[in-house]
Amino acid sequence: MSKKTYDVVIVGAGIVGAACANLLAERGLRVVVVDRDVVGSGATAAGMGHIVVMDDSDAQFALTHYSQRLWQELRPQLPDDVEYDQAGTIWVAADEEEMDEVLRKRDYYQKRGVAVEVIDARRLREAEPNLRAGFAGGLLVPRDAVLYPPCAARFLIHRAQQRGAKLRLGVSVTQISETCVRLNDDQEIRADIVVNAAGAQAAELTPGIDIKKRKGHLVITDRYPGFLRHQLVELGYLKSAHSVSRDSVAFNVQPRRTGQILIGSSRQYGAEHKEVDQPMLASMVRRAQEYMPALGTMSAVRVWTGFRAATPDKLPLIGPCPGYKSVFLATGHEGLGITTSLGTARILVDQVTGANPEIAVEPYLPSRSAKEHAHA
Amino acid sequence: MSKYSQERFDVLVVGGGPAGIAAAVRAAETGARVGIVDENPAPGGQIWRSSSSEGKHSAEALRWLERMKSSGVLLLCGKRVFHQPDSGILMAEGMDDVYELSYRSLILATGARERFLPFPGWTLPNVMGAGGLQAMVKSGLPVRGKRVVIAGTGPLLLAVASYLRKQGAGIPLICEQASGKKLARFVASLIRYPGKIVQSFALRKEIGGIPLATSSWPLAAHGHQELDAVTISRGGKLETIDCDYLACGFHLVPNTELPVLLGCRLRNGYVQVNDLQQTTVEQIFCVGEPTGIGGVDLALVEGQIAGLAATGKMNATREFLSKRKKFGQFARLLDETFCLRSELRSLPSPETLICRCEDVAYSRLREHTSWRAAKLHTRCGMGPCQGRICGPATQFLFKWTPDSVRPPVFPARVEDLAAQPQPISQVTGGEPQ
Amino acid sequence: MPSEFTVRVNGTSVAVPIGSTVAVAMAIAGQPCRTSVTREPRGPLCGMGICFECRALVNGIPHSRTCQILCEPNMEVRTDE
Repeated sequence: MSKKTYDVVIVGAGIVGAACANLLAERGLRVVVVDRDVVGSGATAAGMGHIVVMDDSDAQFALTHYSQRLWQELRPQLPDDVEYDQAGTIWVAADEEEMDEVLRKRDYYQKRGVAVEVIDARRLREAEPNLRAGFAGGLLVPRDAVLYPPCAARFLIHRAQQRGAKLRLGVSVTQISETCVRLNDDQEIRADIVVNAAGAQAAELTPGIDIKKRKGHLVITDRYPGFLRHQLVELGYLKSAHSVSRDSVAFNVQPRRTGQILIGSSRQYGAEHKEVDQPMLASMVRRAQEYMPALGTMSAVRVWTGFRAATPDKLPLIGPCPGYKSVFLATGHEGLGITTSLGTARILVDQVTGANPEIAVEPYLPSRSAKEHAHA
Repeated sequence: MSKYSQERFDVLVVGGGPAGIAAAVRAAETGARVGIVDENPAPGGQIWRSSSSEGKHSAEALRWLERMKSSGVLLLCGKRVFHQPDSGILMAEGMDDVYELSYRSLILATGARERFLPFPGWTLPNVMGAGGLQAMVKSGLPVRGKRVVIAGTGPLLLAVASYLRKQGAGIPLICEQASGKKLARFVASLIRYPGKIVQSFALRKEIGGIPLATSSWPLAAHGHQELDAVTISRGGKLETIDCDYLACGFHLVPNTELPVLLGCRLRNGYVQVNDLQQTTVEQIFCVGEPTGIGGVDLALVEGQIAGLAATGKMNATREFLSKRKKFGQFARLLDETFCLRSELRSLPSPETLICRCEDVAYSRLREHTSWRAAKLHTRCGMGPCQGRICGPATQFLFKWTPDSVRPPVFPARVEDLAAQPQPISQVTGGEPQ
Repeated sequence: MPSEFTVRVNGTSVAVPIGSTVAVAMAIAGQPCRTSVTREPRGPLCGMGICFECRALVNGIPHSRTCQILCEPNMEVRTDE
């Protein structure tokens, strides 16, 4: 049975696949989304749901900034269970050296129209009284937000379905080929375009793309309303996210609208199993307590792990998959999948439909690594 | 900061109810260094729960508790196991301390909890489990002169009725959902278990005069800020009964979370064990309710088998095999008699909350096709009870199978998650691993 | 030797028998232990530390499972603030 009934088949109903499905369906294409589990169940379920502008590179900034704007535009339509909350981020500077970094970030963001504010030690304590004393200050980014990703993915999928998109859950894709995906029940789905949005599993389906799993841990507490107001991230987080080989932890906490505190973050390469890694967990928790000692006596209700899809240059792969004519990639988002999902969908769909993308897409094209090899 | 302590054991027993006590005693009597870790302030579990008010332990319980005292078992009470940071080590947490417990053999005697089925009004204060209300009364709740309706299923209902009546409560009705025919067959089968016959006669005397309705179940609990009355179904008719408490529980479900966390395989929802109570994980045994809801007699037999097997006394376990078989049959009889009827699936209304931690209503859950989807998208099961209350309910209502178990297996302090097993600086008894 | 002592529940003194749990103290005081996510009053359900409905602030520690905590003289118990 191989009737071409779809324009696009999307592998993966995580936030990125859902965002792509929503937009493609909005543009009138016939879409089917396939996922081996439930909607928003991979890194989408495991991650923090932080919508954050990042300045690691101009390309990363462009995509996160663009995407954050799209989230703000979408916000009025988001249902309550998505829990969108413009809590803002404070990048915490431990000492004067990190304050220099804060100033650099401030300049970078201000030049590009992002609202930011440098806050000193006193204002930091006022903003977040539960941070231990002695920090030098920080950078407040008031328009950063947090949300609950599985419900955001579900919202996007539902909108796609309302426009005719089909959803097939509980079925794995075993093979991607030109205009076709094969499922684990040996059925095939044929479409003009295949989009690989399978996150940490993407490289299994289109071998040769450089995606590595980067394991993370998170802890969530019981409800302590008012304890934390902003997402707090240590500046060392950037060093942790930057490193392409070291296991690392960084202080990163988020207030959920429920009053629960989400405690992160950790990064490991080469870990394939999803069991909690005690040394990493211990290290992450200790780091968190160094910044906010009162976290220590809070009740931790759950601990879990997840796998980010990481690329060597820390930018996602959005565009035609090298070696294929009809297969596109929308994956490799590492820790920024939630933030950049909407922007990813836009520039992917623009490429699929031949429309003009709003931002330059070259930095995210999957073919960029081939070009680099060609020059080497 | 939690005070950090370490203990090493040849045999560590998790759970200080009858099964755990029997296991620990038998192991300790061989000369092994044995510890019991239990979350309650005193040993005995639920069945042998000590009471703050007047009321003695049974002779059998007293004998075992005495034997435990003289056997040299180290009791760690008020500590709750929450994590396994490395193989051979469990972490347990108390009010202000944390223990790193290492062992050569582990005996899991984590017992059972009541199954709760949702119905309109079940979240009102003073609606409790049957064992739940009994535990509260044993902990000092006065019920003299109060009206208590008892409902649900299982022999626990009668035991609770007897206890509450002795404490001065008035019991207008016991509503047992099993049919009269099933109950009669159960009582008739008790003849095979002489101890049980004696128990049941004693029980019959104690609850003589309390009306017992079979094929009967609660339909709704009423009240504004707390319970006023309950409507029950009885012979197809509705009856509303004024009451102060509703003690409602639908038999027991095994506490299999820690065994699963440790990798033990389940069969039909119970921990799979062989004749020596060994699980599918090397050096881990399981005894009592997690291997099959069978009550005190089976628990004591299984506990003793494991205590002996864990200390290498395999031959000595043989004397218990026939009793194990017999009481195992009793467990199956309990299962058959008190299995839940399908009418109970219609009890919740769309607004009835199923997940009490996150207040998720039945109508929101119905649109999902799996526990995992429901959990992710409604938060059902993501609260501090970690699905212990809503899990069995949704399993019955929707046939959903539960998720995998992750640490912490009970909520624990954040700082205690950071426990890093230290190298042992001093060895007290036993040999270094 | 007194058979009971006093704890304070939401500022009011309550006499409880020795050996009582904090959950019982709140029941004697006629107070629900907590208020749920959708503002329902809640009291203990399981009596054995599993349902978490009995959580309250005990001597300054939030989310204390009161059915497993024995009362001590002059304990301060607060249900939702």
